[in-house]
This record gives sequence, structure tokens and C-alpha cells, in this order.
Amino acid sequence: MKTLEKRIRECNDEGKKAFVPYMMAGDGGLGKLKEKLLFLQEAGVTAIEIGIPFSDPVADGEAIQQAGARALADGVTLRNVLEELERCKGEVTVPLVVMTYLNPVLAFGVPQFVEACKQAGINGLIIPDLPLEESVPLRNELRETDIAWIPLVSLTSPDERIARIAESAEGFLYAVTVNGITGARNDFREDIYSHLQRVKRICTVPVLAGFGISTPTQVREMGNHTDGVIVGSAIVEAFHRDELEKIRELVKASVVKVEIVN
Amino acid sequence: MAVEMRKGRYGKFGGQYVPETLMSALIELENAYGEAKADLKFKEELDYYLRDFVGRENPLYFAERLTEKVGGAKIFLKREDLNHTGAHKINNSLGQALLAMRMGKRKIVAETGAGQHGVATATACALFGLECVVFMGKEDIRRQELNVFRMELLGAKVVSVDKGSGTLKDAVNEALRYWVANVEDTHYILGSALGPHPFPEIVRDFQRVIGVETRRQIVEKEGRLPDAVVACIGGGSNAIGMFHPFVEDVGVALYGVEAAGSGVETGLHAAAIADGKEGVLHGAYMYVLQDDDGFIQEAHSISAGLDYPAVGPEHCHLHDIGRVKYEAVTDAGALEGLQLLSRTEGIIPALESAHAIQFAVDLANRMGKDQIVVVCLSGRGDKDMQTVRDVLGGGVE
Repeated sequence: MKTLEKRIRECNDEGKKAFVPYMMAGDGGLGKLKEKLLFLQEAGVTAIEIGIPFSDPVADGEAIQQAGARALADGVTLRNVLEELERCKGEVTVPLVVMTYLNPVLAFGVPQFVEACKQAGINGLIIPDLPLEESVPLRNELRETDIAWIPLVSLTSPDERIARIAESAEGFLYAVTVNGITGARNDFREDIYSHLQRVKRICTVPVLAGFGISTPTQVREMGNHTDGVIVGSAIVEAFHRDELEKIRELVKASVVKVEIVN
Repeated sequence: MAVEMRKGRYGKFGGQYVPETLMSALIELENAYGEAKADLKFKEELDYYLRDFVGRENPLYFAERLTEKVGGAKIFLKREDLNHTGAHKINNSLGQALLAMRMGKRKIVAETGAGQHGVATATACALFGLECVVFMGKEDIRRQELNVFRMELLGAKVVSVDKGSGTLKDAVNEALRYWVANVEDTHYILGSALGPHPFPEIVRDFQRVIGVETRRQIVEKEGRLPDAVVACIGGGSNAIGMFHPFVEDVGVALYGVEAAGSGVETGLHAAAIADGKEGVLHGAYMYVLQDDDGFIQEAHSISAGLDYPAVGPEHCHLHDIGRVKYEAVTDAGALEGLQLLSRTEGIIPALESAHAIQFAVDLANRMGKDQIVVVCLSGRGDKDMQTVRDVLGGGVE
């Protein structure tokens, strides 16, 4: 079992839900990355998802697109983020997950990228435009590492497909909660909880829900039906506006012990 | 990355690099298309609309005065500009609209660059009573204002995209985002031979009619196949439709003409084969204009329809195996070609097609008088008059 899955299970064993915030690397300057990671670590998060800016982020909504554009304008790249993360080793002990679109990885070179992730102490990898069918070569490169391959399942994935994707999952399975791009939502589909419970029944690694989750209430409700949640746009916005208390409240919502309704 | 051979691959190019939410829709589309292809009724229905609605087959026209002026090979023009809506795009839009209805989807999303694909899709949607949303870059809306009005007149909703450079790449991004959010009842009519499998194959098959007709027509007129076939390339839909029926004819040289913008050496161009690197954009592995960090670069061309930083996967493969030669013509060259064809033949070509014309003229000039060059005249130039006038000046002398 890779470190990331172990940490999530430990968290769940304590009766808590995993809380994984997403932040855009280099939004506000790459020099601030360590400070933000340490803030999240102290706030009590389970792991941190670090987004790499990309010129064409087709899975992302307005908040993350704009954060990415700010980071790109600042010269942030996959390479210099990994270099900066390597410098954070030792102080940042919470597991780190890199979220990047595929093309920067291809430009880096897959083996070189995996090596750089190892050097930086990365524990997980999410590539939203690399579905099951195309992910085999990259997954092969991750096999002997402590870097977990974190695939996504969607509301449109049929059960047999969810099962095949779940089989490839390490660390956790990322259950996308909306048909659409990232960003805050007021409402989710009526059948969202039954969908998440179905995914949980099929999957043996922890299941974390993400996309559209932006309030403490949503964190609690989604957490009720999964092993944890990922919060992206709300964290990105809060960092951008320097509203750190909002982030603490979101994290706290996951720490409250919850009954698993099944 | 070592790429294993699987469906939807052209050599190492192509594939399905999309968010998981779209995978089921792509699998559904692949199955529906497979069934449609095997269904004679589908072919008959499409043929009916291509004949009675689009006006196919269109002529293969011998450009006699242009040939005389150039003084080399005989130049023939495949008149896709005479199609209803003024370009080859309608061939694909009609086919995909029929396919959408087979899948029970009555909502359509599309992207457009020059506006020709948007107009063609809005037209198909009006014809069949489908809802239609078209994403178009802000810069392209400026360049192609009249096409925006045409789409709206046809009942489509046009959404302006002001991200990035406000051109075709950004319109595709937004169309993909819209499709992810509405995938359960909406079909994405992609307009070029791009995107995740099965789109490059579907678009190629619906555009193949160009090459199939051309092959028959040239044999009727000249009793033999041409020595060279020329087509312009943005994503590459008219070119792949024209080339595909000739790929096995080794005696026929095939030339794809990319947009060199201000010149390939200036960096301000859209010539992804000339100057791109392998990578993934919009769901497919292709040659892509990108920087060393893998960020996609903006393309530059006077022609909105070629203003795209990659080239469809099958073209990338045809380049790699050397079957098609890819050349590039600058903005200035395209304007020359446009004026030359206008004055010698009374045909104003689209700026996209003018790239192919200009290259074909140079090529024909180097060839013998007993040789034959066919050019795909993919669209008419009415939509470009504002752009051309801005550059050339004009008005009454």
C-alpha cells in the first residue's frame, strides 16, 4: 500500500473524513508555495493536491482558470514547481498530490517527470485528460514508486467501467460529483449520494468526492457518503483573497466525526 | 511515451485524451457511427441531403485562364465553394447531425473559427429542427461578423470566447467544457479532422466525398489520375477528405498547405507540421505548436479557419510516413493567390483556400504542360472581404 492510501485510511480509522484541498501552484508567486503548504498542513488537511497551471485547462472552471492564468503569467511551470517542492521536503510532511494536464508531462518526458516527482517526494498523481485507456504507459512508470495513480470516475461512467478504473486506482479514487468543470455549485444531482455509495461499493481503495464542493455543509454531506472530499475552487479563491479563516472552516467540517449512512 | 497500438490511432497519433466524463459519450458515438456506417438507409439519407440540399456533386472545374497564365501543369479546381453555405464544412455537419438524431440527441454544440463550420452546423440544425450553440473566439467574431449574423439568423446561439487569443483553439476549449456539462443530451459536432477518436475518422469519412468525386471527375475529363493534389490545412478536414481516396495511388503526389502567417521563421504562424512538436491537445496526440514546458502556443494566420496550433492526427501520420508533403504559405502569399484567382477566373476563394491556390500555382509552374494539378477550393471568399479590404486597401479608384 502506498503512503497516500495509508494516510487516508489512518484518517478514516480515527473516525474522520479525508480532506484534500486543491491549490494552484504559483498563484501569488512560487515563493509563497511553501508558506501555503505549511498553512494547510497546520490546518489539519490529510493531503494536498497541487495544480500545475496549463494554457488550455479544459476540465476547469473560471476560478481555477484564472488562478492558472495568473501563475502562467508569473512563469510557473511543471518543472519549477517540482523544484520548489523538493525544497519543501522535510518541513512539509503531509502527502502531496500533483494535478497536471498531460501535455506538460509529455514535454518533460514521462520517465524524467516521474524521477523529478520522486525527488520532490510526490505521493500521488492526477491527470484529468488521461483516461483509463491511455494511462497504461504512465502507470507502468509509477509501479515501483510511492507515487499513487489517482484516476477519476464520473457520473457518466457505467458500473463495469467504474470497476475497471477502480482496479487501476492507488491512493484513492476521485469521484467527480458533477457533469461539468470545476467550480462552486449550489446544487448537486438528486442521485449524487446513491451514485457515490455505488462507487464506494465497487471500489476497494478510499473514494474521495470532488468538483463543486465549496461550503462546510457540502463537505459534511459529501463526506457522509465517501471517505473524504477534495475542495478546489473555494480554496483557490480563499488564498487569492487572503481569506484564510474560510479555509480553516472547510477543513474543520471534515474533522467532525460523522456517521456513515449506508 | 511509448504508445501501444490501439483503435483510433494513426501510427502513433490520435487516441482519446479526454476527461472521464466524456468517455461514455465517445464510446456511444463510436458505436452509433459503426451502426450508421453499416446501415444503407443512413447512407441513402445523407446522399439525398448532399444532392438536393447541398447541391452535390459540385464541379471539377478546369481553370483554363489560370493555367495559361501560370504556363505549366493544367490546374483543376474542386468547387467546394459552390456547396450550399459556401464551403466543404456542410458535408460533415449534415452527416453528424443525422448521427446525433440516431443517438436521440437533439441538442448540438459546435466550435467555429472562420465561421464556416458554425454556419454549416447552424444550417443543419435549422434543417432538422435541432437546438444549436456555437462557440466562437472574440477575435474571429470581429473578423467574421457576417457569419455570426448568419448563424443567428439560422436560429443558433453564438457564444463569444474571449480567453486566450480569442480564436479557434479557445473556442474548442469552451465547446469541450460545454459538452462535458451537457453530455447526456448534447452531441458535439466537431468541424475538423481533430479531437479524440472517433471524431477524426467520422469527419474524414463525411469529407471523403470530396476526393471520391474528384477521382471520378478527373478520370472522366482527362482519362487519368492527376499528378498532384493540393489542399489547405488548418485542422485538416478538407485536405483529409480530398487526399484519402488518393492515398493508395502512389503516382499522385499529395500536398497539404499550412498557414505560414508572417513566416515560419518569425514564430507567428499556424504551421504545426513545419514547426510543432508531438503532444496532446483537445483529445488527440498530434504535432502541436508549444513551448519547451508543454504550454500550447497561439497560432497566427490571416485566415481564421487555419488559425489553429495543431494538425489532425491522420495528417501527422501521413507526414511521418512521407505519403503527403506538407508545405506552408504566408499571409502575403495567400492574398496573392486570392487576387490572382479572382482576376483570372472570376472566382474569389476563401483565404483558407487561397493558401492552397498560391502553392498550386507555384507547383504547376514547375511542372510540365502535360501534367495535371487538382486544388481543393474548399470555400468561397465572401466572408473574408472585410479582412482583405483592410489589408489591401481598396475602394473605387
